[in-house]
Amino acid sequence: MALLEIDRLSFRVPARAVLDGLNLVVAAGEIHALVGTNGTGKSTLAYLIMGCEGYRAESGEIRFDGRSIDTLPLHERARLGITLAWQEPARFEGLSVGDYLRLGQCKMDAEDCLHRVGLAPADYLNRMVDKTLSGGERKRIELASVLALDPRLVILDEPTAGIDLLSIPEIMGVISTFKARGAGVLLITHREEITRMADRASQLCGGRIVCSGDPETVAASYRGRACMRCNGEECHDD
Amino acid sequence: MTELDKLLAVLDSRGVDRAILADAQTAHMMASAHKLLSRRQVPGLTLTAEEGADGIVADIRVASGIRLAHPLHLCFGVLPAVGRQHIRMHLVLEDDAVLDIVAHCFFPNAERVEHVMDAVVEVGAGAQLTYTEGHYHGPYGGVTVAPKATVRVGKRGLYRSDFSLTTGRVGKLDIDYEVEAAEEAMVELTARVFGHATDAIRIRERLVLAGRAARGLIKTRVALEHDATAEIVGITEGNAEGARGHVDCMEIIKDRAVASAQPLVKVTHPLAKVTHEAAIGSVDHHQMETLMAHGLSPEQAVDLIVGGLLGKGEGKRVVATDSERTVAWKK
Repeated sequence: MALLEIDRLSFRVPARAVLDGLNLVVAAGEIHALVGTNGTGKSTLAYLIMGCEGYRAESGEIRFDGRSIDTLPLHERARLGITLAWQEPARFEGLSVGDYLRLGQCKMDAEDCLHRVGLAPADYLNRMVDKTLSGGERKRIELASVLALDPRLVILDEPTAGIDLLSIPEIMGVISTFKARGAGVLLITHREEITRMADRASQLCGGRIVCSGDPETVAASYRGRACMRCNGEECHDD
Repeated sequence: MTELDKLLAVLDSRGVDRAILADAQTAHMMASAHKLLSRRQVPGLTLTAEEGADGIVADIRVASGIRLAHPLHLCFGVLPAVGRQHIRMHLVLEDDAVLDIVAHCFFPNAERVEHVMDAVVEVGAGAQLTYTEGHYHGPYGGVTVAPKATVRVGKRGLYRSDFSLTTGRVGKLDIDYEVEAAEEAMVELTARVFGHATDAIRIRERLVLAGRAARGLIKTRVALEHDATAEIVGITEGNAEGARGHVDCMEIIKDRAVASAQPLVKVTHPLAKVTHEAAIGSVDHHQMETLMAHGLSPEQAVDLIVGGLLGKGEGKRVVATDSERTVAWKK
């Protein structure tokens, strides 16, 4: 059953169309990988789904659970069960990891969530979510915090960026946990091994989905195209 | 109700355990306006104080090598709507002495109140002084707080101050601290203030790293809303080999509030280094959206960000509903 439906979504910045009539469906309990070169609009799509300020579609519709969410502010979308783990998570002076993991609509145990991202609770619960954390630690804590929310739809923007190679399986385990709990996962990634764990994948180029299907097919398509140069022109001719 | 009972009741309302003041092991001094209400000295710490029409004169001394296990509590305040309090304090830590001071300052009803502190502080060689000062003001904004301190920190000494005025209206605040650090001494000056309405905040802190390898940090956190103003001047001088200093000022403004920050650095020795950073702006957008993606309303998100900036992170409880505030402080 479709959890997230994106219908002919278009978004422009002054110089160009970033998204141009994009269609995408993510089902509940499905991991859907989204691949594409830098600057193709993957993060922009994440911000549009989330309802971030400055991201309002020119046309098209975003539906969650069959209901249009286009007019809802960000926090209202979050309260429906949609959340986003940012590619570059914010840092907060004076806010402990423990408090961060217990924010707002949290449903899961903070310590359990830290364990799942490979961080020892005793070492991290009282640390601050500030610049004293490394980039990789901050990414894991962000992932733990969205896990704590037990969301219905989670958008993971490059969840393995900045994570050491040995820890990638732990991150993949967390992504599987979202699926096991019935959540839909929109997984933005550049890594093929992460793409392969998805149930379906889509390739974004020139503001549209140019290939969609099983992850192997999409990964092969992504490797075989010249998207860095085509800016959608070649892909859209297919 | 006596003046002492009234001040104790205010202490209770702020969650300070009054039993501390009955503890024979804990030194304290309590003063309401120019009236001394209670004081205790403990072995190793002498505390003399005199009251007069012009103010209170206090002399506090910790003997060499004495490490006090319990903090010295200073409770100052003016409880009526109109009044004045002027305290002249001479505080000496002899060599290798260790003392924590917790100062509670109460002006809950102030409509025309002035609180002036003139302090001379001497931290001996190897001595360590931590001075934590919390202000609790009422809603009227009719108080002027003017703490002035001259501090000398001896060789390998430590001086750490933490001034906090985040409850109630600030009124007019005028902090003026001068600190000089000798060889291998360490100094940390922190101020956290939340200004509202027409509150006017001025903080001037000057830190002179005079001795070799002296280290220092001036850290200021200010949040302003409505028509409040703040003028922050943090001056650090590095005058000796290996001296290291940093000035870190962050201010968040809302509404029509106006803030300025001047981190001034001066280095007179080629092997000294002083750095500075200052940031003034509205609440960080990315922080807001990150919290809102966790289901917090914009108001809850602002509360949490400002609370984190002004607080220390400990003792916070995060709640889930709009009706409660995002951050509730444990009593």
